[in-house]
Amino acid sequence: MESNQAKNSLLSSHDNIQRTQYPYVTGTSVVALKYKDGILMASDMGGSYGSTLRYKSVERLKPIGKHSLLGASGELSDFQEILRYLDELILYDNMWDDGNSLGPKEVHNYLTRVMYNRRNKFDPLWNTLVLGGVKKGHKYLGMVSMIGVNFEDDHVATGFGNHLARPILRDEWREDLTFEEGVKLLEKCMRVLLYRDRSAVNKLQIAKITEEGVTISQPYSLKTFWGFSAFQNPTVGAEGSW
Amino acid sequence: MFRNQYDTDVTTWSPAGRLFQVEYAMEAVKQGSAAIGLRSKTHVVLGCVNKANSELTSHQKKIFKVDDHIGVAIAGLTADGRVLSRYMRSECINYGFTYESPLPVGRLVVQLADKAQVCTQRSWKRPYGVGLLVGGLDESGAHLYYNCPSGNYFEYQAFAIGSRSQAAKTYLERRFNSFMDSSRDDLIKDALLAIRETLQGETLKSSICTVAVVGAGEAFHVLDNETVQKLIDAFEIAGGEEAPAADPDAAAEEGGAADQGAAAAADQGAAATDQGAATEEGVAPMDI
Repeated sequence: MESNQAKNSLLSSHDNIQRTQYPYVTGTSVVALKYKDGILMASDMGGSYGSTLRYKSVERLKPIGKHSLLGASGELSDFQEILRYLDELILYDNMWDDGNSLGPKEVHNYLTRVMYNRRNKFDPLWNTLVLGGVKKGHKYLGMVSMIGVNFEDDHVATGFGNHLARPILRDEWREDLTFEEGVKLLEKCMRVLLYRDRSAVNKLQIAKITEEGVTISQPYSLKTFWGFSAFQNPTVGAEGSW
Repeated sequence: MFRNQYDTDVTTWSPAGRLFQVEYAMEAVKQGSAAIGLRSKTHVVLGCVNKANSELTSHQKKIFKVDDHIGVAIAGLTADGRVLSRYMRSECINYGFTYESPLPVGRLVVQLADKAQVCTQRSWKRPYGVGLLVGGLDESGAHLYYNCPSGNYFEYQAFAIGSRSQAAKTYLERRFNSFMDSSRDDLIKDALLAIRETLQGETLKSSICTVAVVGAGEAFHVLDNETVQKLIDAFEIAGGEEAPAADPDAAAEEGGAADQGAAAAADQGAAATDQGAATEEGVAPMDI
């Protein structure tokens, strides 16, 4: 009887754990690339509640410390939690006041540990994160997924961007892209995403990080043209659709 | 009869405002065999004297690698030194795991000092009986710190601890102005000469000292015996004129006659410096 109770209390403590099993409010793709002087990053400002476009002014690009820029897609509340972790991390780093500071590589690795640790608890933070930055003349751009998969590259994109933006970036990205060329390339990617990703909205921000620091643009819209013949009757020739 | 009433535990103050147990711990550092450290802009060199307790034993290790970018030289209780080295190693590994980058030396030293300080504020504990020279490299350059059993820590250009370290300190104090721009090899040479000062007449051999280096593009490592012996031989031969030059007092007093009996003059100089700082006055400028 007693052992039964002990068992029950052990079980019930497990019953009370709530894990994230699916995301609620999500942001869609983030696209980022290295350019001549640093990193450029773009994301739209939509927040989807399932397939409903519930919010349209969500900032998904945030500066982290002096040298890093973070972009997030996925569950927006989880992103807010990650920002709280990072705020504390940067605060404690500054409190040493010893001339050392965490650079983009350190923040990226920290995020990898956080994401992988949470997935090991079967309670993942439902995000794909893009971390870019410049420190001591060194450009850094990397990504972390919700299960802790991480890598560095010259250009990265999350979610739909992986399928729709990266092929464009592979064709057109160059090491010595100027700021204007970089922005143009990102806008090209964002326009394709806007056309083809149903959860994208036409309100976006572009952020730049260089040795001088972070600048995040005001929200703006892209010019669109919906008169392409492929848009007129999108299902023509697609057998089985209506 | 004359027992000290104020040294039965670390947390008891004497009326004069002293903590005797902490002072005893610092005394343990002075009794250990000497360890020295010095740095340039890009390199840190640690060195120590290896003393065997008896003819039948080998000496104890006094220099430890903490990580690729940090190493320590200890004087005092070796056992305590090993405990603290292990702590520092684990801190470096954990930092590397989280951030994939080396732990800044200054931060490790603060953590170490905090650890030592706790032992001075708990009646059931004892202070660590070891002094540590922590040398390392981080994004702000090369650093050399001294960690004391009291929980204090200091950053130095060059320092020496342990028995007869005053002689080495005097040597380093005379020469440290040029250390910042020293080459790696000159720094090692100065380390060996500083070690020699602590030997008081005993000849410097690779078998009784250990030298370790860390620097830009060079992970912390202990130099092997052959390398050290070659260096010693090199400057003992070439150092016919250098030995007195390294001792400007002798040079100033004896003028040009310093050439003869170079080693003897140097030894006298060392013996004199050990007795007091008076020799500091009227030091001739270095001409190396």
